[in-house]
Amino acid sequence: MNHLFPILSVLAYLLSFVLYVRFLSTGNKLTGRLGTVLLGLGLIAHYFALLERSRGSHTVPYHDLYGSMSLFGWLLALTYLGLELYHRQRSVGAFVLPFILVFFLAAHLAPADRLSPPAVRGVIFALHVTLSILAYAAFALSFVLSLIFLGEERLLRRHRVGDVVWRLPPLELLAQMSQSSVLVGLVSIAAGTALGFVWVDRLSSQYSFYDPKYVITLVVLALYALYFRLARTTGWRGARASKLCVFNFMIVVLSFTVVNLYFSHSHRYF
Amino acid sequence: MEIVLVGLNHRTAPVEVREKVSFTAEQARRAAEELRARGILEETLVLSTCNRSEVYGVPPEFSHECAPGLSTFLSEFHSVRADVLSVSLYHHYDHEAVRHLFRVAAGLDSMLLGEAEILGQVREAYRFAHEHGATGPVLNRLFQGALEVGKRVRTETELGTRPMSVASAGVKLAERIFGKLHERKALVLGAGTVSEQVVSQLRDRGIAQLYVMNRSRDRAEELAKRFEGKVVGWGEWDSALQSPDVVVSSVSVEEPLLRREILERAMAARGNRALFLMDLGVPRNIAPDAAELYNVYVYHSDDLSEIVQQNRSARESEIPKAQGIVDEHVAKFLSWQASVDLVGLVDALRVKMREERASFIRARMESMKHLTETERAHVEKLMDEMLEKLLLEPAERLRGEKELRRKIQNVEALRDLFLSYREKP
Repeated sequence: MNHLFPILSVLAYLLSFVLYVRFLSTGNKLTGRLGTVLLGLGLIAHYFALLERSRGSHTVPYHDLYGSMSLFGWLLALTYLGLELYHRQRSVGAFVLPFILVFFLAAHLAPADRLSPPAVRGVIFALHVTLSILAYAAFALSFVLSLIFLGEERLLRRHRVGDVVWRLPPLELLAQMSQSSVLVGLVSIAAGTALGFVWVDRLSSQYSFYDPKYVITLVVLALYALYFRLARTTGWRGARASKLCVFNFMIVVLSFTVVNLYFSHSHRYF
Repeated sequence: MEIVLVGLNHRTAPVEVREKVSFTAEQARRAAEELRARGILEETLVLSTCNRSEVYGVPPEFSHECAPGLSTFLSEFHSVRADVLSVSLYHHYDHEAVRHLFRVAAGLDSMLLGEAEILGQVREAYRFAHEHGATGPVLNRLFQGALEVGKRVRTETELGTRPMSVASAGVKLAERIFGKLHERKALVLGAGTVSEQVVSQLRDRGIAQLYVMNRSRDRAEELAKRFEGKVVGWGEWDSALQSPDVVVSSVSVEEPLLRREILERAMAARGNRALFLMDLGVPRNIAPDAAELYNVYVYHSDDLSEIVQQNRSARESEIPKAQGIVDEHVAKFLSWQASVDLVGLVDALRVKMREERASFIRARMESMKHLTETERAHVEKLMDEMLEKLLLEPAERLRGEKELRRKIQNVEALRDLFLSYREKP
């Protein structure tokens, strides 16, 4: 297997991380822009790494845990880049890149499973999985943004206005970025889940409708919808909404780990 | 090609002198015209701000005597006694003048280290002088370099990013919570000098709506009129605190004006929208326990002073980086200046050698009458070729080798060596 693209991806992500950290510590705009460019290059190399891996093992990227993690990392990077460009704010890159790197490295450094090619499941199934992973990536991003919000808010309330506070995005922008990310997640998970049901409906003879994953996914959807409502219009706006966002992501992690491994029949890796 | 600078600033002159020597745009244009007409300067640029008045110029013929002439001109132009002015004026020549301007553009020479306004003022002074034909190739290059220095210092260092006054620190902190203030509203309690400073900062940052509340309604109306705000009745807290995002209080009171229960009620009415309170009064205008309320941020003037102090240290730590950028651009400008000077010197040498060759041939040919016209022409051609060969290589090297230009520090010495004073280009 050719390691060129995985190596290029990790180098680009690492360099991007270093540049984002430097941007956060020095405020040099050129460094920040270079960080974004490197992240873009990392995304391209990561895409080819995913493609190569899928072709090499004659399977889809999400057929095993490592592929799912790598795809998750790629979608996280993609969502973050979109959010950074939309809100013109790159100070949080230094906090997001470690997550992307961890998922990428965990996926690509571990030995690959020897898997038999999966049964052909069609476009609807592929969209169901990709949209679900995109939703989880967007929720992960909103989790990171909420943590930054809580940290910055704490510093501002305690009058500890050091270097980092001057360079982080304003609180309201962080809240908006988190809400944008959750909106991407909500739309993706709603569409992904709907497509999942369509796919199951077509194959109802082979698969059971009763899977605890459905319940927890609906709970996640409801919780994020609640966050979206509370964060925008009620007395929960601010730190309380951010805490809810952090809590919601804990449920997502629970869905990914305990539910997938011990309860779900058909959702092992996503 | 030399540069001269004569000026005064906040360090060398008290405000009474500075205000007498400041230039309006029209005066700057007239001064440039008069300096050219009197033959004192060929190129002129006047930089006049509230903290400095400086005249940059290129004299027609280099002489250190140009600066006293400029000082006398300034004294006459502004009708200030020469002895009063002379103690405040500084004179810089060539690389010192270049370095001074680049430091000014970088904000390193400002009263408030790293302040941003000076770059705009330099840009405006250059634009004005350029539009009126007062600048030439040297000052154009010099001021374009200065603008580049200012821009680089602002993007590559943090010299100008942190607020340095209590008022600006408070406004910048509000931006840490709300982002840009274009769609925000502010309420100012009190109409004294401190309030005015904050209002001015808020207006500069584009606050959308300003409300003023003061015990004396007349004073409130006066301040509101000046800053296009609205007056709110004294003590009408429930309505006054409903819409603003920022509240600035600077009132002389014995008991806190904004008690916790008032703010609690206001926050409930606002649906807990964030509220930033700047308490600049002594004794405190806002009850300390109000800071515990959800989404309420309270900063007292002591907190803001501490932040200003931290920022001052942070700005000072950026000086070496900014100085490095200045040095880099001074070297770049001097290299360009040397290349222009040296190429001019080589051209002058060529002219002089041709003249020498002509008189030499005239004198020698008298004793070589046996040569035919063709042979004489051949000898002249050979001498021309030799002169060109002697000068061509150094001229090309000077054009092409930056390092060589850097090594030749003193073009004047070369001129003195090869050309007599009157023959200087």
